[in-house]
Amino acid sequence: MFEVLFFSLIVVAGTGGELCVSRAMKEIGEVHDFRPSALIKVLLRALRAKWMWIGVGLMTLAFFSLLAILSFENVSFVVPVTALGYVAGALGGRFFLGEQVNGRRWAGIFLVCVGVTLVVIGKG
Amino acid sequence: MTPHKRLHLKTYLLILVMIIAGPLGNLMLAKGMKNIGKVTAKISSPGDLFHVFVRILLSGTIWLGIASLLTFFVAYMLVLSWADYSYVQPASAMAYAVVALLATLLLGEVVSPVRWAGIAVICLGVFVVGHTNPRTTENP
Repeated sequence: MFEVLFFSLIVVAGTGGELCVSRAMKEIGEVHDFRPSALIKVLLRALRAKWMWIGVGLMTLAFFSLLAILSFENVSFVVPVTALGYVAGALGGRFFLGEQVNGRRWAGIFLVCVGVTLVVIGKG
Repeated sequence: MTPHKRLHLKTYLLILVMIIAGPLGNLMLAKGMKNIGKVTAKISSPGDLFHVFVRILLSGTIWLGIASLLTFFVAYMLVLSWADYSYVQPASAMAYAVVALLATLLLGEVVSPVRWAGIAVICLGVFVVGHTNPRTTENP
């Protein structure tokens, strides 16, 4: 029961967090200047972005969920299942950021699902 | 050494750091949390939650794990600054297999053949996802 809750939080909050950070960084714009002073400016602008804070909050939640599940499940089970983030990422990218997900990427995502199913079946 | 060769060496070295530091970080988080014990059995009030939180923050193993994951992240960022994402990304696919391998060797976890097969399929899936165009939206 707790496994399902924690895995859901890791996958949904983790991917949701990355999507929010991605959205914030797209608003800030592509980074061209990698001098330290320019990077600090990018960082300061990132800290003012609402989506950045939502993203970091969600990723923190996902990290503590990962710690919680690792307190009682094998890491060789937990880490492969977190690959479901790729599925959530594709769905979120498609519907939240309006990215195009092509056939090849869907095929990869399908393979991840099959793999995670086998990992869950092979538990114990 | 030619600049071309040096770039290759640098890339391989950083990818090696990524493949080891990432999974090792997860392993250390797992070890640190196993030392703390099953959190769902420990937490029945907000006070317990705080207590577990403090134990996590005081765990050296967990901080080592976080340091290891940060090392992975920095290596990943550095290598992405000159190498193609689709060239580097299969390394992160391999991390799933390395985690399982290190968990059996260092933590004594037992991985069944079906789970190994699942991990192999996940690696393949992540590899396929990586070999797609990294940008499909136009610049705003």
